[in-house]
Amino acid sequence: MDIVIPSISFSAIMPELVLLAVGILILLLDVFSEKHSGKLAYIAVGGVATALFFAMTPITDPSTTFAGLYSADRFTQFFKVIFLIGTGLTLLISEKYAKENNINHGEYYSLILFATVGMMFMAGGADLITIFMGVELMSICLYILAGYTRARMASNEASMKYFLLGAFASGFLLYGMGLIYGITGQTKLVKIAGAISANSDNMMVLVIGAGLMIVGFAFKLAAVPFHQWTPDVYQGAPIPVTAFMSSGPKAAALAAILRVLVEAMNFIQVDWIMWVSVLAIMTMTVGNIAALVQSDIKRMLAFSSISHAGYALVGVSAATSDGVSAVMFYMLVYTFMNIAAFGILALVAKANEQNTSIDAFKGLFRTNPVLAAVMTIMLFSLAGIPPMGGFMAKFYIFMSAVNAGHLGLVLVAVINSAIGAYYYIKVIVAIYFQENPEKPEPVKAGPSLVFALLVSVIAVFVLGLMPDCYLTIAGKALLPF
Amino acid sequence: MQLLMFYLIGFFAVLSAVSMIVVRKPLNSALFLILNMICLAGLFALLNAHLIAVLQIIVYAGAIMVLVLFVIMVLNLREKDGDITVRKVAAQFVGIIVVSVVMVMVGASVDPSAISALGSASPEFGTVVGVGKTLFTDYILPFEIVSVLLLAAIIGAVILSKSKV
Repeated sequence: MDIVIPSISFSAIMPELVLLAVGILILLLDVFSEKHSGKLAYIAVGGVATALFFAMTPITDPSTTFAGLYSADRFTQFFKVIFLIGTGLTLLISEKYAKENNINHGEYYSLILFATVGMMFMAGGADLITIFMGVELMSICLYILAGYTRARMASNEASMKYFLLGAFASGFLLYGMGLIYGITGQTKLVKIAGAISANSDNMMVLVIGAGLMIVGFAFKLAAVPFHQWTPDVYQGAPIPVTAFMSSGPKAAALAAILRVLVEAMNFIQVDWIMWVSVLAIMTMTVGNIAALVQSDIKRMLAFSSISHAGYALVGVSAATSDGVSAVMFYMLVYTFMNIAAFGILALVAKANEQNTSIDAFKGLFRTNPVLAAVMTIMLFSLAGIPPMGGFMAKFYIFMSAVNAGHLGLVLVAVINSAIGAYYYIKVIVAIYFQENPEKPEPVKAGPSLVFALLVSVIAVFVLGLMPDCYLTIAGKALLPF
Repeated sequence: MQLLMFYLIGFFAVLSAVSMIVVRKPLNSALFLILNMICLAGLFALLNAHLIAVLQIIVYAGAIMVLVLFVIMVLNLREKDGDITVRKVAAQFVGIIVVSVVMVMVGASVDPSAISALGSASPEFGTVVGVGKTLFTDYILPFEIVSVLLLAAIIGAVILSKSKV
């Protein structure tokens, strides 16, 4: 019996291996020595930094490894950097929260790291099976993390809801993959494209398969009309987990959508551009209008994250290399501003998330002027006001869509970002111009949160003022354009 | 002969799947699910996937369903009529329509000649040797990801079921 071992390049999956090793190390440390429990978050951050170092090692020629199941290219790398930044910031804002809410366990940090590994396989998968395994690894970790603060009923509810609907979505995804495999006989993305170009009978089944896969990914992305779980889950989950869920997994879902649609489904481009445009319009509109009426900041940020997924989908529907790099840039900026906003919320809401409503922010300027300024910067950036990064990110998305000829879509997007500005500015008004009758004590940020906010502020300005160099990196990233 | 077997097993698979949803008692549902899984194992065997067929019976129809039955007995669920709301009826209606449209579209548009043009599988396909070989060479990466996935699931089960964290 001859067994041929395929070429395996461990350097391509080095960041994943590092995160796995650190995750298991943290689990063991937590079991064998009590005295390290205060340092677990920092060990995890160290692991993320190491992984970031490996993820940034430039790749000269894109290739696939593990028998063509994993692609080591700039696209994968760029998304890996986004995930690692998101994970690192989440761990930093978790540190104080975890201690205050009695969830400072090794398992908590390990699960965050394992979820990140799942995202990386989603972005790097060159095969439907790898992508699906990545989706499942990420999702299972997130189901558990959403229910991690078990003392709170809302957290239990979030976990259950997310699990049931997430499993349902995985079913859609798998059914779509099954149909495509049934018709083409291939699971590798490039070979699927080859099989379709060689033989384009059975187009109908391919279209249905691609549609079902988009439904599956749209669930993970929380795009309307597959967003029903999002507000309750994001509100119920612990705040750092919500910050994590609303940045990394969204970027991962976008990466997987882009890879599948662009690498494998270019032959039915007309169909999927239409679907993605419809999804984008509904996602932006519903997300923004629902966010308008929220008085709870956590829920408002949940709806705002839905609308941001909509803007990113505008870039996907452009279906050009500009569009792809704009989406990647958008997710990079979004990761910083979103997690920073949630980090401040976690601090202001105090232990056990006593108060996540807008009242908690009233008069913040008087008690914590610096924190108020940082929150203002993040909200302005989320609203897309120059010179913050959020503006440039939206600008590139809209420009790529205009160049691709989707004028109507961009019009809807622009109107939506004007609506969006209202509810962000509502919070800023509360911070600066409203008095809190309870006269609260100033909140104290720990060193890790200060560091996370500092990095985010710098990044938001740097990305806003000098977006070119990041865009060129992103622009060279993909794929068969 | 093979075709006849396929239709026979397929008929029972669909029948047991529908009954599983329709019957009221959870225990009966679980029993129908076992029947459904055994039928699926038969379908796998017809497709030459012997290993999957055996695993389907040992793991799903055996181990997992025993667990499900235990949980149902321990929870001691009572029969309860759910409220029939407009929303529920509408959801069922839409669900049935969507599923049948997809099924009809897939069924009507598949061109069998194009699929047979893909060629037949190698004689090793689906045997223990064949699956093992593929799993540990070409598909080693997803195989290893599954091991991480199981680790995460074990951690999750421990966390969510511990009485005090």
